[in-house]
Amino acid sequence: MFDFNLFTTAIFGWPLAKGALLTLVLSVSVMAVSLVVATFFGLAAGSGKKPMRWLIGSYVWLFRGAPALLILLFVWNGLPQLSPVFRATWFTPFVAAFLALMLIQVAYLTEILRSAFAAVGKGQREGAAALGLHRWHTFILITLPQALRIAVPSLVNEFISLLKATSLATVISLKELMTVTQFAIATSFRFLEWYGAALVYYMLMVSVLTFAQSRIEAVLSRGHR
Amino acid sequence: MFHERSSADAADIMPEMPAIRLVNVNKWYGTFQVLHDVSLTVERGSRVVICGPSGSGKSTLIRCINRLETHQRGDIIVNRVELTDQLSKIDRVRSEVGMVFQHFNLFPHLTVLDNCTLAQRWVRKRSRKEADEIAMAFLERVRIPEKAQRYPGELSGGQQQRVAIARALCMNPSIMLFDEPTSALDPEMVKEVLDTMVSLAEDGMTMVCVTHEMGFARQVANEVVFMDGGKVIERNTPEAIFSAPSKERTKRFLSNLLH
Repeated sequence: MFDFNLFTTAIFGWPLAKGALLTLVLSVSVMAVSLVVATFFGLAAGSGKKPMRWLIGSYVWLFRGAPALLILLFVWNGLPQLSPVFRATWFTPFVAAFLALMLIQVAYLTEILRSAFAAVGKGQREGAAALGLHRWHTFILITLPQALRIAVPSLVNEFISLLKATSLATVISLKELMTVTQFAIATSFRFLEWYGAALVYYMLMVSVLTFAQSRIEAVLSRGHR
Repeated sequence: MFHERSSADAADIMPEMPAIRLVNVNKWYGTFQVLHDVSLTVERGSRVVICGPSGSGKSTLIRCINRLETHQRGDIIVNRVELTDQLSKIDRVRSEVGMVFQHFNLFPHLTVLDNCTLAQRWVRKRSRKEADEIAMAFLERVRIPEKAQRYPGELSGGQQQRVAIARALCMNPSIMLFDEPTSALDPEMVKEVLDTMVSLAEDGMTMVCVTHEMGFARQVANEVVFMDGGKVIERNTPEAIFSAPSKERTKRFLSNLLH
């Protein structure tokens, strides 16, 4: 039977809360860094020189093609085999998960941003150039805000996928939300209550993201009907 | 007003440099030549109208003047500055030259006021307050101050084009370029934009306009240039070119335009 008391204890208890916090911190830091890197990649892929475009194209091809689980294991188990640097204590499951997920996330975001930048018409850049604005001013003030308006739904989609993909890091024993849930089940054999509690946490985080998306879209779509 | 192949040496010792001087400008898109030895001089305070069939290179030519397009051969000198790849020279030219586009190119995510103040603040380094005051003065000038807080998408085409003119004027250019400013407008909105341009001309602004509005040309232009196939075919005062074009090609173009 479903033990409702255990379910509420699981939700309000420390283990899941800490696991969820780790999931959140990992997702947010991966997303933040990936956004910055992918902005440069997206720009270079859209306007860079041919070798640059080819390089970024290959990167996207590789990290979009390989399964996340495989990349995670490659980074966690493979890198230490490659160099003693990765056998030092700083190379924790968190760092490995961050690195693996970032590599994948950058690939997806690069594609989204590249096409969003391209969707902002040439006329906008020319209008800015004719006023004497330089390339970076034009990018930050004109292209980026308009590109983000186009890209936000896809970016939030990727953020949500990422948030859930962090659960894969359970295989390298990162103590994120899914791992701590499994731990709790291993000692209690209460599946429904712990899975249910974990589900509540994921749904809560995704709901916050969805709400944030609607707010950001409202701000960025000013002037558009 | 126009000198084909005017001598650079002679111009240098002249007290008053022309606002714009093009000498044998050539441009190619790949192997296709869009401009063939185009030379033209625009004196300070004069108004030049460029017309010609589509694909004649008139837009390309005007876009070379503020370096939105690069030319491969020949000289373009704007206010004593010769245009090269050098960024500082491009900056100097663009700070003197305002441009109005066929499709307005207003920034849709910014209000009308912000469209007019953005470059003032980032390029001219004016304070928000100063930029706002200047913007409002020019929005008054194009008779649209009440739309300052609206977004471009909420305005009619004619209103948007007037905002675009105000936006360019906010940078205090000494030269204004117009690239088919009324071609994308509904007929009933053409007049309000032309009226604004006429009043600008009456104030002595140096203007180069690519347009097919021959009434406008007749009213304000000192010179009409007819282009075809990337070449200047003919140029003259509007009276002369409209009443008695000397080239057959010009005659045909003008008669098509009028009928």
